[in-house]
Amino acid sequence: MTDATLTHTPPADSLFRRNLRDFRRNRLAMASVIVMLIFVIMTVAAPLIAPHDPNQTDLFRRLQPPAWIDGGDWRFVLGCDGLGRDILSRIIYGARISIFIGVVVIVLATGVGILAGLAAGYFRGWVDVVIGRVVDILLGFPYLIFAIGLMAMMGPGLVNIVLALAYKEWVIPCRVVRGETLAVRELEYVEAARALGAGSGHIMWREILPNIMSPVIVVSTIRMANVIILEASLSFLGLGVQPPTASWGSMVSDGRAFILEAWWVSTFPGLAIVLLVLAINVASQGLRDAFDPRFSE
Amino acid sequence: MSLSRLLERLLQLIPVLLGVSAIAFLMMALTPGDPVQIMIGDQSITPEQEAELRRGLGLDRPLLERFFIFLGNALQFDFGTSFYHRRPVSDVIAERLPATIELSLVALIVALVTAIPLGVLAAIRKNSILDRLATVGSLLGVSLPGFWFGILLIMLFAVHLQILPVSGRIGYSSEVSTITGFLLFDTLLHGDLPAFGDALRHILLPAITLGLPMTAILMRVTRTSMLEVLRQDYVTFADAKGLPRRRVLFRHALKNALIPTVSVAAIETGSLLGGNMIVEAVFGWPGLGRLVVESIFLRNYPLVQAAVLLYAVTYVLLNFIADILYTVLNPRVKL
Repeated sequence: MTDATLTHTPPADSLFRRNLRDFRRNRLAMASVIVMLIFVIMTVAAPLIAPHDPNQTDLFRRLQPPAWIDGGDWRFVLGCDGLGRDILSRIIYGARISIFIGVVVIVLATGVGILAGLAAGYFRGWVDVVIGRVVDILLGFPYLIFAIGLMAMMGPGLVNIVLALAYKEWVIPCRVVRGETLAVRELEYVEAARALGAGSGHIMWREILPNIMSPVIVVSTIRMANVIILEASLSFLGLGVQPPTASWGSMVSDGRAFILEAWWVSTFPGLAIVLLVLAINVASQGLRDAFDPRFSE
Repeated sequence: MSLSRLLERLLQLIPVLLGVSAIAFLMMALTPGDPVQIMIGDQSITPEQEAELRRGLGLDRPLLERFFIFLGNALQFDFGTSFYHRRPVSDVIAERLPATIELSLVALIVALVTAIPLGVLAAIRKNSILDRLATVGSLLGVSLPGFWFGILLIMLFAVHLQILPVSGRIGYSSEVSTITGFLLFDTLLHGDLPAFGDALRHILLPAITLGLPMTAILMRVTRTSMLEVLRQDYVTFADAKGLPRRRVLFRHALKNALIPTVSVAAIETGSLLGGNMIVEAVFGWPGLGRLVVESIFLRNYPLVQAAVLLYAVTYVLLNFIADILYTVLNPRVKL
């Protein structure tokens, strides 16, 4: 091999950079990332940006309409709920619950899914059979019913929601990682590492994992949107975070009692869920198109 | 597909069904709180009576033995007594099941009837405004939480326009005696057309809400597979032969394009089961989903356990049917 060809060898991370550049060019996806960032800032800086205490009740402001409607007040832009609490402040604090649960469940599930999927795909044999059976059984439950059953057993609460969702969620990254590992483990560079005497742990972590991360990241982002809807659904049914803590699902549920006279109580928290979930879905589609074009239409 | 392959697939179902039952059993067996205490409630009974009750429920036996008793009973549809209703759980579930099945079926019809034409149109007119609208619509469809969408529909059609009812299965004045438990059928069997119309108006909003995510998914699948089929040689050949475009699209292309749609529809029917809980809660629909949520708050564990098992077994079987259907429709795929 001549020096000339060596100097033309692209740097190792060029594919990643190229993908990232593709992603940045997708204007819709970038707009979604900005929306997501706004929600994250809301989560972190809630005490600084929320105009009021989210749990401060004031019966004189009960069902006060949004500012632009007769009887509204610009200090309570989105109006107040049945206990006179400021809806905007509760939405800002509610973002904490949705984003916290979305991120923690996905991180936990992806971690476990990677470990189980790598083991199943790399070792195959009985390890694969056992993990495969557990995955099949968990897939046998409709998601919400599994989570509802677990919440009935464990009782409501933040940690319990995370567990109820993560117990099933890991199955999805696990299947992706297993499939990718099965394909990659036969490639030449893995063979080469094995021939050089690398151990199983080294091969799985250093050789296989970095090369299968793109689809895992794409799937995890798509799933985060689902987890956020599931958490909101549990809270809506009264099985999630308990009052008075603000969560979007329970805010929509509270507003049901007033749909005849105060549409805003349910509408705005629901809109927040849609905006965040939509942003995640659009961004993940952009990620998929840039990083894992096999699955793009 | 050969018979032996089908039998093999059926055998593979057994460990999954066993595992699903074990989880449903453990979920409730490990739940904190003593079922006997919940049953007794405020009544005062002697310790002997309490011990007798515990023995009667089999709670004094080891966990593994209790699991096999549970499994044996479940095979005979015996899920014990509902603490709250003081009747067999299976009777209470059987009463509520038709409402849930009816809602799911109508949701499925709504989804198919909307998704297929929209998906086909979007594919035929690729990159048109209609195609773009369909793409945005399908993205919205999977991003809208069912409970919120349902409330929006209630606010628009029931509160604002007042053309559809807010909740329930049928108005008091239209009630008919039960024959099958499926109100749309029962009203027709009674020949009571106004009552049928009333039942239809009641089911419309819940069915649209329940079917929305499925509509979004099926529309995308139909669009993608139609685009794929339209690129095939045999379609180009049919076009080249000078066949009318309509005939090429509907006789040649659509038949093959619908294969993935049918398979995905079968899989997604399973996911309607989860959506039922939410939609029934929003619309006060007296089905199984609402019963389960109510039972959780009443700590009526035997009922929750039976329902979780029922949902899971149905889900596993639906997925199995979806697999088989896919193979039968698409002979190139081998299980």
